[in-house]
Amino acid sequence: MSNLLWNIGYPHFLVLAAVLFLIGVVGVLVRRNALIILMSVELMLNAANVTLLAFSRMWGDISAHTFALIVIAVAAAEASVGLAIVVAVFRGRHNVEVDRLNTLRH
Amino acid sequence: MEQASHTFLESSTLVWIPLLPLIGAFINLVFGRRMSRSAVYAVSIGAVALACVVAFAHVFGPLLALFRAEPETAGTGFTQILYTWIEVGAFKSQLAFRLDTLSAVMIMIVTFVGTLIHIYSTGYMAHDPRYSAFFGYLNLFTGSMLILVLAANMPVMFIGWEGVGLCSFLLIGFWYENEAFATAGRKAFVVNRIGDFCFLLGMFLLFWATKTKFGASPEFGSLDFANLRSPAVGPAYLEAFWGGDRLAAAAAIFLFIGACGKSAQLPLFVWLPDAMAGPTPVSALIHAATMVTAGVYMVCRLSFLFASSTTAMFVVATVGLLTALAAAFMAFAQTDLKKVLAYSTVSQLGFMFVAAGTGNWTAAIFHLGTHAFFKACLFLGAGSVMHAMEHEGSATPGDIMTMGGLRKRLPLTHITFLISCLAIAGIIPFAGFFSKDEILGGAFGVEPPGWIAWYGKLLWAGLLIAALGTAFYMWRLYFLVFAGDGRSEPAKHAHESPLTMTVPLIILAGFATVIGFVGLPHFEHLHLPHILASWLEPAVTAKWNPEGTAIEGHGSDLTTVVLMAIALGVGASGIAGAYLFYGRGPSKTVAKLVEGGLGPIYNASKHKLWFDEVYDAIIVGPFKVLARGLFEVVDRFVIDTVAVNGSAFVIGIFGRMSRWFQNGNVQRYLVGVVFGGALVFLVTDISDCRHAATFEYKLVGNQLELHAEPGEGVEGATAKIYWDLDGDGEKDKDPAKPGELLDKRDVTVSGYSGPVTMWVSDPITRKEVKVTKTIDLNVSKGAK
Repeated sequence: MSNLLWNIGYPHFLVLAAVLFLIGVVGVLVRRNALIILMSVELMLNAANVTLLAFSRMWGDISAHTFALIVIAVAAAEASVGLAIVVAVFRGRHNVEVDRLNTLRH
Repeated sequence: MEQASHTFLESSTLVWIPLLPLIGAFINLVFGRRMSRSAVYAVSIGAVALACVVAFAHVFGPLLALFRAEPETAGTGFTQILYTWIEVGAFKSQLAFRLDTLSAVMIMIVTFVGTLIHIYSTGYMAHDPRYSAFFGYLNLFTGSMLILVLAANMPVMFIGWEGVGLCSFLLIGFWYENEAFATAGRKAFVVNRIGDFCFLLGMFLLFWATKTKFGASPEFGSLDFANLRSPAVGPAYLEAFWGGDRLAAAAAIFLFIGACGKSAQLPLFVWLPDAMAGPTPVSALIHAATMVTAGVYMVCRLSFLFASSTTAMFVVATVGLLTALAAAFMAFAQTDLKKVLAYSTVSQLGFMFVAAGTGNWTAAIFHLGTHAFFKACLFLGAGSVMHAMEHEGSATPGDIMTMGGLRKRLPLTHITFLISCLAIAGIIPFAGFFSKDEILGGAFGVEPPGWIAWYGKLLWAGLLIAALGTAFYMWRLYFLVFAGDGRSEPAKHAHESPLTMTVPLIILAGFATVIGFVGLPHFEHLHLPHILASWLEPAVTAKWNPEGTAIEGHGSDLTTVVLMAIALGVGASGIAGAYLFYGRGPSKTVAKLVEGGLGPIYNASKHKLWFDEVYDAIIVGPFKVLARGLFEVVDRFVIDTVAVNGSAFVIGIFGRMSRWFQNGNVQRYLVGVVFGGALVFLVTDISDCRHAATFEYKLVGNQLELHAEPGEGVEGATAKIYWDLDGDGEKDKDPAKPGELLDKRDVTVSGYSGPVTMWVSDPITRKEVKVTKTIDLNVSKGAK
């Protein structure tokens, strides 16, 4: 038992990434608040990063770090644009519930 | 058998004969609407006249030179191969034209009479607004007919064959604003289609019989007339087929049904009387130069095939005789000028087919030629009469009962019409006498192998009756139109037609007088030249194939003279009879006879023996019912309801269903994406479509070369490949590195038979796959 807890290997990282990703997916699917959805997307991106780094370590190949860094950069950009949109929408409508934002549908 | 040598020289200008009218048609049909009347006339007449000049130049230049030279060495005609039109398997069709003596006669008639009719049309159609279309169609008609007669093989002939069918449809229904005229055009087209279908069947049958036998000239391709005629192909026609008769019988009869459609023979003649709906120059063109002569020409062109089967010849002669008789009978009671002429054409075509059916090819073509002149003259004369009547306000310009006395009003038309009537009645020395006499004489003397001995005499007697009828109804027509006094106001005030109309009449009448002298009768003691017979000799067969007995129709001089006298007497008595009844207009005697015992006969003639009614009842009526049924069931129900509305309904259902998914809620779409992605992973994992680990081996001499394929998922740098190459079940040690296991993708071992095991070991996942193959050097020699 102690072995399992303390001898941390690649599967641990992968399981962690899977759990994070699932939380992100469920967040995106079930939450209505645009802010929470953005955060959930962030969670999924970082789950992917954890996976990339775990495999990088597993294969002894450092090039996966590049991908992780790019993902972080993209995530930062996405967060800023996304948050800006959410703020802009909130200013106009005082509401960021995604299923209410359906003007284009009608 | 046939003479062995039918060689053809090359020609590079032949194509212009049909091409010139086709170019004229193209110009008139495409640009004609923006061209002035005179420009359209110039293009149209110029094209045909030029074709006429080219045709005569070909015939009287190179072809006549060839004809005068030794046929054995010089060849018998000219061929121009443009290009290979169709080449599929054994079938190879060249787009090729051929000029020999037979097609020479035809192109001269078609272009010459055609040119005259074109000139005449400028007068006749002077007030029609659609003149450019009319002249375009006329050119197309002439061009199609020239393709037909110049064709070197059957597929090319079929182009022309269909072309004239199309043009007849367009021209008969030219005044399509009139429902009845449009219907007549359709009728001509449909009836012709029936014949065309049989023509195609005959063509297919001939190809099937002669497939790879090209005869002497393989470059001419399949179904070329010269190849079909060559002695190498001949035996193919004699093979048993169709209930034991020769193949030639089946092929020839199918082709003859095609000819029946085109040449208006029983039972497919019904379109021709209705074809009078077209403008009169069109009738003249159809009846004289183009269209109806096509069938006779085709039979003569394939004389070798028809002569190979006396059964087919019997059918041709019998149908010809029945048509000649029936049409002559139907012409008696007609009161429309053009209708009488139409039945007369049907009847005369029957004469030609009797000639063809008795192997008297020359007479068939001879009568075709003389008939072309006097019938064109008659039709154009009829057009002139109707033009004059219509001009004076007659509502029924073709009704001969309202005419009479026109000899004074239309002197030129009258004289030419008179000459043509003398010619068609067979009065010496006009053209019809010679050609009709030759047909009669030929039928009298003919005894094809396999025929009843007296059948030729029967044909002769039947034709005599038909000739009597011809003289009678033609002169009835003449007397009713020109003799006596005018029976209506228009007839009393009619004026002669313009020069463009009368000059062609005069030329045609001139030829109707003298053209008969190209075929003077045959006497044993008096050698009169039969120019046409010797001219046509190389182009038609002279023997009943393959018995080799010559087709002989000439009797002794006494018989010939007696037959001529009888024919002349029959013609004269027909005229006399007509004079008796109609000499001074419609007489009371006729009216009494009609009201009396002859009423039923008169009605039978007037209603054309109820052919149309019978066809309506047994073919057209059921067909219409069938069409109505198909319309209701197939069109209304299957197509409209099921196919169109049904598919719209199904699509609507799917649309409503997908609207439930495609509701614009992005999160719901994402659920689909996530579950879909999960499904993909699940399926690939279950089906395990990855490559399993394995290894390959091959023998090089005694060396066994092994190559590992670690499979997917482990093919990284870290995968380890272990081998057992001595059959002990343990991983082998590496001899180069003591204490370590052998770890290589490619290993070589010599002289080993037995089980080989490979392990693929992944240090990261700690999975190990084991593959074992047993190798027997003796068995695996050469294996991979």
